[in-house]
Amino acid sequence: MLYREAGQFKTDYAADQAIFPILQDRIFLGLFLLLALVAVPLLANEYWLSTILIPFLVFSLAAIGLNLLTGYCGQLSLGTGGFMACGAFFAFKLATAFPDLHIAVVFLLAGVGTAGVGILFGIPSLRIKGFYLAVATLAAQFFLVWVFNKFPWWVNYSSSGVISAPAREIVPGFFITGTQASPVTKYVFLLVFVAILALVAKNLVRGKMGRSWMAIRDMDIAAEIVGIRPLHAKLSAFAISSFFIGIAGALWAFIYTGSVEALAFQIDRSFQVLFMIIIGGLGSILGSFLGAAFIVLLPIFLNNTMLAVDPSISTAIVSHIEFMIFGALIILFLIVEPHGLARLWQITKEKLRLWPFPY
Amino acid sequence: MKLKTLGLAAAGAAVLFAATVLPATAQEKQFVPGLMYRSGPYAPNGVPFANGLADYFKMVNAKGGINGVQIEYEECDTAYNNDRGVECYERLKKPGAAAITPLSTGITYALIDRATADKIPVLSMGYGRTAGSDGTVFPYVFTLPATYWSGADVIVNHIAQNEGGYDKLKGKKIALVYHDSAYGKEPIGTLEALAAAHGFELSLFPVAHPGLEQKATWLQIGRQLRPDWVLMWGWGVMNSTAIKEAAAVAYPMDHFIGIWWSGSEQDVTPAGDQAKGYKSANFHGTGTDYPAIKDIIKLVQDAGNGTGPRDEVGTVLYNRGVMNGAIIVEAIRTAQDKYGKKALLGEQIRDGFEALNIDAARLEAMGLTGFMEPIKITCADHEGTGRAFIQQWDGKGWNKVSDWIEPNRAGLLRPMIVEAAAAYAAEKGIKARDCK
Repeated sequence: MLYREAGQFKTDYAADQAIFPILQDRIFLGLFLLLALVAVPLLANEYWLSTILIPFLVFSLAAIGLNLLTGYCGQLSLGTGGFMACGAFFAFKLATAFPDLHIAVVFLLAGVGTAGVGILFGIPSLRIKGFYLAVATLAAQFFLVWVFNKFPWWVNYSSSGVISAPAREIVPGFFITGTQASPVTKYVFLLVFVAILALVAKNLVRGKMGRSWMAIRDMDIAAEIVGIRPLHAKLSAFAISSFFIGIAGALWAFIYTGSVEALAFQIDRSFQVLFMIIIGGLGSILGSFLGAAFIVLLPIFLNNTMLAVDPSISTAIVSHIEFMIFGALIILFLIVEPHGLARLWQITKEKLRLWPFPY
Repeated sequence: MKLKTLGLAAAGAAVLFAATVLPATAQEKQFVPGLMYRSGPYAPNGVPFANGLADYFKMVNAKGGINGVQIEYEECDTAYNNDRGVECYERLKKPGAAAITPLSTGITYALIDRATADKIPVLSMGYGRTAGSDGTVFPYVFTLPATYWSGADVIVNHIAQNEGGYDKLKGKKIALVYHDSAYGKEPIGTLEALAAAHGFELSLFPVAHPGLEQKATWLQIGRQLRPDWVLMWGWGVMNSTAIKEAAAVAYPMDHFIGIWWSGSEQDVTPAGDQAKGYKSANFHGTGTDYPAIKDIIKLVQDAGNGTGPRDEVGTVLYNRGVMNGAIIVEAIRTAQDKYGKKALLGEQIRDGFEALNIDAARLEAMGLTGFMEPIKITCADHEGTGRAFIQQWDGKGWNKVSDWIEPNRAGLLRPMIVEAAAAYAAEKGIKARDCK
């Protein structure tokens, strides 16, 4: 885009397999990360950090998780909300039962636990496909939320069924949960955490495992014939997807809202994440981020813009107009580019490479 | 075309950024934020409350404000959705915010930590976290005039009166139909303690959000369990659905008692004549026969400035909004006595809440005599009275059918609250304040 990669020769396999083979892209990404890591915390106010960027990052992680399963492995899942609940409640039980455990370890362990649950609910995928599998994962959604609602052990016998994140430090002096935590610490922690996990996901899908997922997605019988074991491929997709989603759920409960009840992980949460990957782009890590940005930020953006234009407008009208515009935009984007925002970005990049002299 | 769209988006983002970054206006007005819902599944109940609250502030402003300080009220629509509620809170919060009205138990739970850190009082009037009424652990949470635990005790007390005394409760069957959320689960602990103390049998019937599907629940209640009394902790469409389903299984309406959020016109009118005899708790008057409400009609509605339709004035939820507004205004007034008659910070208004003493003379001056009970808040006790009465629907309006009932706060609820607050403090590592 606006630059040519002419003259950049790849002399070894490592260079050929790089995620960003073009030097300019690497510089651009580096600058972008630097901007996100340094400039954003300095410039953004608390509102931006704690209600826009933090949920955006959490949802991005959940969308990456679902994208691994649905976008890369082709297994449609409606259990995202339930798996997020797993992560949140596992993390809560771990954090309260072992107060000395480091919070990052708690999140990772909550992810591992959710991966186990994901494998369990992934077993039906070995027999059923497509919409039928979606219905099977729907069972996971309802069953898991029911479990956390029904048994007070999960909420440490709190009378209302609400869990509240205990205060924990990431490094001594810097709280990321609880009342002392500042939005800047939370944001920086989340950014680093999500960036690392996104890198892991990106490398997974480029490697042997991701290739076997995509083979299963594109044609499972052919994949089986060329030697990919569906059992391994499908269950590993369920496990790793649930691992990411579980961590997202834990981050949602601990870092974003700070307190959560099982009701927060209802079926609409599953749909929300599914819409993110459909709009962002199935089978794309970048698409997960773009989709999360679209679904999380756009309603808030519409709402704020309407109120900024005319502060006297009734909040009821604003909310209803917001629903209408949001719905219309989803349809518009899907008509303009059915393959999602990631594909739109790719087309833009290709066009800009030729700009201003397209042929 | 693409560049143009991009440009438009950038311009929009700039507008948004400017709107959120620009500093708050000068402090001559007292800012009051309100997290209301005029959209979503609970809007029919959220709208009258929001209108009552807004109209009361308009009336106070029309009468010259609080000691000359005008109120600047701003709403944000949460759609009864917890994450949207958090977003709204972050959008509206500023040091000069008088008090947050979350109007949802779930949102209250999510905001307690944030508001405490931001030093903004949370007024969860008749909802929210019951343990929050322990001011030693929750310095910024106010649950006046009553909590769900008081509400549960008041309703059981009413049942005991009807049965002829607490000793007659032994062996009786009482069912609780509740919204399966933080809100609906709040009274369970209290009801279990009461069941153990008085020997009645408690059965629990959770209803999943939003509560439109209750056929199985009511078949079980009406045909199988046949409890002597049914209590309900419901909200929105769940209430009217429950009343209709109860009528369908011919459950006697006068043995069906809702909490104060399950006792408004919106809940009973969809069920028509079948709802006659249905009871609910309440902690404020209905109708327009109070000087303050007449002022709203005269200064706000008749001036063409009303937030909602005029015939809504005097309905249960509208009046509850008025009461919420009145308490915030009184807290601001009390804080002004201490810090001067100007726009104050949330931190200072918290002191106003804690020194709140709405006695009979004060109620007279507010034009709300007989509308609500006198309330006195202290540093340790953020609930005040806990008193409520039972009202009954006669097909046209709500009639008060009991006196104000005093919950057993000293003997039962307060120790439970202190215990729950201590557990919270231990979990969060909070050191309780000394209130002596």
